[in-house]
Amino acid sequence: MPDWLAALLITLLKGVLVALALLTTFAYMTLIERRLLARMQIRLGPNRVGPLGLLQPLADAIKSIFKEDLRVTMADKLVYTMAPIVAIGMALTAFGGIPAGPPGSLFGENPWVYQLDAGILALLAITSMGVYGIFLGGWASGSKYPLLGSLRSSAQMISYELGMGLSILGLLMLVGSTAFVNIVEWQAQNGWMVLFQSLGFALFLVSSFAEVNRTPFDLPEAEQELVAGYLTEYSAIKWALFQMAEYVNMITASAIMATLFFGGYRGPVFLEGLVPGISSWPIVWLVLKIAFFLFLFIWVRGTLPRFRYDQLMRFGWKLLLPLALANTMLTAAYLAFARGAGLWPLALLSLLGLLALLALSDRVRVLWNQPTGRGAADDSFPARPLGGD
Amino acid sequence: MLGIALGIGVLAVLVSALLGPKKASRAKLMAYESGNDPEHGGVGTGQRFPVHFYLVAMLFIVFDIETAFFFPLAVAYQKLVPFAFWEALTFVGLLLVGYYYILKKGVLEWT
Repeated sequence: MPDWLAALLITLLKGVLVALALLTTFAYMTLIERRLLARMQIRLGPNRVGPLGLLQPLADAIKSIFKEDLRVTMADKLVYTMAPIVAIGMALTAFGGIPAGPPGSLFGENPWVYQLDAGILALLAITSMGVYGIFLGGWASGSKYPLLGSLRSSAQMISYELGMGLSILGLLMLVGSTAFVNIVEWQAQNGWMVLFQSLGFALFLVSSFAEVNRTPFDLPEAEQELVAGYLTEYSAIKWALFQMAEYVNMITASAIMATLFFGGYRGPVFLEGLVPGISSWPIVWLVLKIAFFLFLFIWVRGTLPRFRYDQLMRFGWKLLLPLALANTMLTAAYLAFARGAGLWPLALLSLLGLLALLALSDRVRVLWNQPTGRGAADDSFPARPLGGD
Repeated sequence: MLGIALGIGVLAVLVSALLGPKKASRAKLMAYESGNDPEHGGVGTGQRFPVHFYLVAMLFIVFDIETAFFFPLAVAYQKLVPFAFWEALTFVGLLLVGYYYILKKGVLEWT
């Protein structure tokens, strides 16, 4: 077998493995989410299909395949069918770039499907292609609620993408590379990035929630206003594909946060004293960290109410964006003039910034609760719903 | 990876199209409009939406390009200090002028 064919087959195999792993995780993620939310709301959740409801995802999958696949008469046939495929395609593709271990640690192979030097940049590009799925889906439905839902959704996603891109600039300045492996190895030497970029991490976390359309940013699915947003005219497997894309994006976002800010596939070094070599076990650590962030996603969903749309946009543009820029310039100034003092003062500085922000949150909240500029004086029109603080 | 991912999507849609029941009726195929007969609907018949979204999209392009400019600078930053710092400061300064303008223009307000 020629070398290129072997390499191709191995890459294909890894790709299929990653895709299957993601889909299984998605299936059980839905179950875990429903069970956990039920627990948080003091009820039982699905527990009838199989022991503890463990077969529920299987039943859901079979059901969504055998359901009638409707396409409303006003829809654009081709685009309507393509949209969910694009959404799930981009979602699954993105995950392949994340390393699950150091080079060559998977039976002599590299534990990732593809690796680009542009790493995080390429990943951001691919995940933002997911907007197309949502937008085209809403547009092609030829119906009003989906159109409005998809517009809102794409405006939200592109707005928070800015915050997301800007919040990792400080990190890139520290590491000096966009490749995931370099970022992880830098953290293995210097300590987890969340220590030095706590402000950047907080911003990135918030933007991630908005990017994957999760509570408190699940505006596209604000059912009181938009029925079901861009999903309104979708049924059966196409609806399931959109749902799948959302959860897979959630998993990818968790993996990105784990890789960029929490040491990626490396485990904590202080455990080395107990079990030698434990911090370089491949895959285990990444999976653990992803699981933690997935739990965080569910926890937040069980805790926070939804933003109002104008709050959402103001929050993204007036708070997240300037703060991300400030974080970048803070890191830049530190690296330019105080690099000799080591990294810990920067960690302190970043943490202080974050704490100050939290302490001042009552004053900062004005930024996204009260309009400024042109619309400020226009209080005659009751545009804001009651009790919307 | 992209091929596999898209393949899964296509496969799922095809299987469902083959296996699912097909009993369409006029009411089922109408666009959902809270039970009313849909009016002026349909792709290509001038679906209207607030122009504000268009503005946001344009702003996004502007700011995203600026972010994209920042990435190479950030990667090479430690080799270029302290000159790069003043450069970045100038860049962000110019960015903030534009930002201040759109802020005062009220583009970021939603009513």
